[in-house]
Amino acid sequence: MAVVPATLARRAMQPAAALRGASLAYLGVMVVVPMLAMTWQAVEPGPRAFWAAVSEPYAWHALKLTFVTAFIMVLVGAVTGTATAWVLVRYEFPGRNLVNALIDLPFAVPTVVTGVMLVALYGPESVVGAIAGKAGWKVIYDQPGIILALLFVTYPFVIRSVQPVLLSLDRAEEEAAATLGAGPFTTFLRVTLPTLWPSILTGSALSFSRALGEYGSVVMVAGNQPLLTKTAPIYVFGEIESGNRHGALAVSAVLLASSLLILVVLNALQRRGEVRDAS
Amino acid sequence: MSELRDLDLGARPAQGHPRLASRPSLSYHRGTWLAPRREAAAGTGDEEKAVAIEVRGLSKKYGAFQAVDGVSFEVQAGQLVALLGPSGSGKSTILRTIAGLETADSGSVMLTGEDATALPVQQRGVGFVFQHYALFRHMTVRDNIGFGLKIRKVPKDEIRRRVDELLDLIQLGGYANRYPSQLSGGQRQRVALARALAPRPKVLLLDEPFGALDAKVRDELRTWLRRLHDEVHVTSLFVTHDQREAFEVSDQIVVLADGKVQQIGPPQALYERPANPFVAGFLGAINVLPLRSLKAGSIGRGPETWLDQPPADHAEAYVRPHDLDVFAERDGKPYWPARVERITPLGSVVRLDLRIAPDHPLHIELPRNRSLGVGFAPGDEVYVSPRHLNVYDRAQNSFQPVDVHRAMGLALQEGAGI
Repeated sequence: MAVVPATLARRAMQPAAALRGASLAYLGVMVVVPMLAMTWQAVEPGPRAFWAAVSEPYAWHALKLTFVTAFIMVLVGAVTGTATAWVLVRYEFPGRNLVNALIDLPFAVPTVVTGVMLVALYGPESVVGAIAGKAGWKVIYDQPGIILALLFVTYPFVIRSVQPVLLSLDRAEEEAAATLGAGPFTTFLRVTLPTLWPSILTGSALSFSRALGEYGSVVMVAGNQPLLTKTAPIYVFGEIESGNRHGALAVSAVLLASSLLILVVLNALQRRGEVRDAS
Repeated sequence: MSELRDLDLGARPAQGHPRLASRPSLSYHRGTWLAPRREAAAGTGDEEKAVAIEVRGLSKKYGAFQAVDGVSFEVQAGQLVALLGPSGSGKSTILRTIAGLETADSGSVMLTGEDATALPVQQRGVGFVFQHYALFRHMTVRDNIGFGLKIRKVPKDEIRRRVDELLDLIQLGGYANRYPSQLSGGQRQRVALARALAPRPKVLLLDEPFGALDAKVRDELRTWLRRLHDEVHVTSLFVTHDQREAFEVSDQIVVLADGKVQQIGPPQALYERPANPFVAGFLGAINVLPLRSLKAGSIGRGPETWLDQPPADHAEAYVRPHDLDVFAERDGKPYWPARVERITPLGSVVRLDLRIAPDHPLHIELPRNRSLGVGFAPGDEVYVSPRHLNVYDRAQNSFQPVDVHRAMGLALQEGAGI
C-alpha cells in the first residue's frame, strides 16, 4: 500500500518534468546555442585577431556610428516619449483614444517600408528634401536620416513603458509637494520624474537595444557609404557578402554583448526599484 | 511627554537660531502674510481670539451636482476642529478649497486674517495631510520631512535640526533613513504629519487622516494627535465621516450634509442640543417616534401632553436611547405603554428593544446596574417615559427641545399623576 502514493507521485511528476525539460531544451536550441556558436567563432582566433577585426577602421567607424546615432536617438526619444505619455495620461482631448491606439503603429510597419517612407518624404527628389537641401541640410543618405529612422522604429518604447506608471501615480504626491511650496516645474523635477525615472530608463534601454540592430529602415535611408553612413549591421551584412567572415562575427559579437549588458543592467535596476517601491 | 513642551512648532520664532533670532515672527512660509500677522499680533495682543480660518459663502458645483452650497464658518486660532459629515457632504471639497487644491465657484477663504481666495496653493502656507499619506516614495523619511524646507531654501543645518526635532516629536527617531515602503501605515501617517508641520504652516489641514488605517492603529493615532495638538497648538481642521473620531479629537465640530453647514459647536453641545433632525440622527443613535399615532397611557396622558401646544399631524419625537426611563409600574409621570421584545447585555449597558403601542420599535439603553434591579423579561408590559426629547415638525421645519422638568411640574399640578 505504501508503494501506491509514490507511484502516483511519480506519474504526476513525469509530464511536468517533460514539459520543463522540453521548454528548456527549446530555449537552448533556439536562443543560447546560436549565441554561443557565433561568440565562439568570433573569439576562437584569439583576442588579438578579435581586436584587430573590431578596430579595423571600417568596422570601428561602423560601430561608433551605430552607438552614437542610437545614443542621440535615445536622448530625443526619452524626452518626446515621456512628454507624449504625459499628454496621453494627463490631458483630455478629442481623439485621445485614437492617438493612443496609433502609438504602436511603428511596431507594425515593416522596417523597409519605414525607410521608403522617409526617403519619399525627405529624399532629394521630394519637395521637403529639396527645400532642406537648399538650406544645406542633407537628411536622407546622411547621418540625420539614420537617427530619423531609429526614432521611427523605436517610437512606442518609452511611451508604452512610462504610460502605465504615470497612470498609477498618486496625484496626491504632487498635491503634497504643492502645499509644501513647490511650483509645477519643481514638483515635476523632484517628485514626479524620480518616480518615472525607472520606466523612462527601461523604455530608453529597450529602444537603444533595438536601434543597435536596426537594418531594414537604416539601409534605405543611410546611403551606406563606408566611413560615413555605414552602420554596424550593414557592415556585418557587407562583410558576410564579401567573404570576411571573421570581421562580421567580431562586430556581431560586440553588438550582442552590448545588448546583453543592457538587459542585465536593466534587470538589476528594476530589482532595486522593486525593493524600494514594495509596499 | 514633557520633553515636547520646549519644542517650537507653531508659527512662533525659532529660539536661538542666529538668522531667526532677531526677527520675531519670521516663519518658513513665504508670502505676504508675515507683515499683517505681525501687526495683528501687536495690535490686539490677544492671539487666543484670533480667527485662523474664515470661510465665507463657499459654493462649488461639479456639473449639475452642488457639492458645496454657501458654506461659512470660522476656526479660532489654536483649535482643533472637525468637518464632520457623510460621504458626498462636501467636506473634502471644502478642505481642499481652503488649501487651494480646488477653486470654489464663489465665496472666500481668509487665512490668519488675509484673503487667500486668489492665492495659489504654494503661497497659502497650509500643511496638508492626505488620507493615503502621499509620501514621496523615492525619498527617505528625512528627505520627506525636509522637503518643504528645502523648497524654501532653508540652510542645510537648519533643515537637519528641524527634521530631528520633528522625528523626535513623531517618535520615529531611528527611522530617518528608511523609505516610506518600509514603514507601517500608522508610521507613514505620522511622517506625513511631520512633513506638513515642518515649514511651520499657518494652519494644518487633514483629509480623513486615519481613514486608511485599521481600527486599533486609528484609535492610537487619534489619541496621539489630540495629545500632539495640545503640545503644538497649530490651528487644525480635519475632515472625517466618523462621529466618534470627531468627538474624541476635536474642540469644535462643523456638521455638514448636502454641501451645507448643519450645525457648529463643541461636540457635547451638538450631541445634547442638536439643531435639526439630521444632526440628531448623525451624532449617535436616536429613536424617532410619530407623536400623534402613539397610544397614550391608560389615563389618557402620554408625554406629548408636555408640549405647550398639541403636536402637529406629522410631528415626531427624537429621543436618545439613554434619555428614556423604563418602569415596571406607573410612577406618576405621563408615559407610553410598551412591551419588551429583546434584552441584549452589552457590557456596561443593557440594550432593550421595545415595541411601543400601538406598533413602533423603540431602543433603550440602561446602565447595567440600573437594569439589574428592574429584572425585565421579554414579553413584559412596561411604561416608558422620556427624560429629554426634541420635537420635529416637518411642516414648520422646527426642531425644538422640550423642557421636561418644567412640563412635568405643570403636568403634576394638573393631576396627571396617579
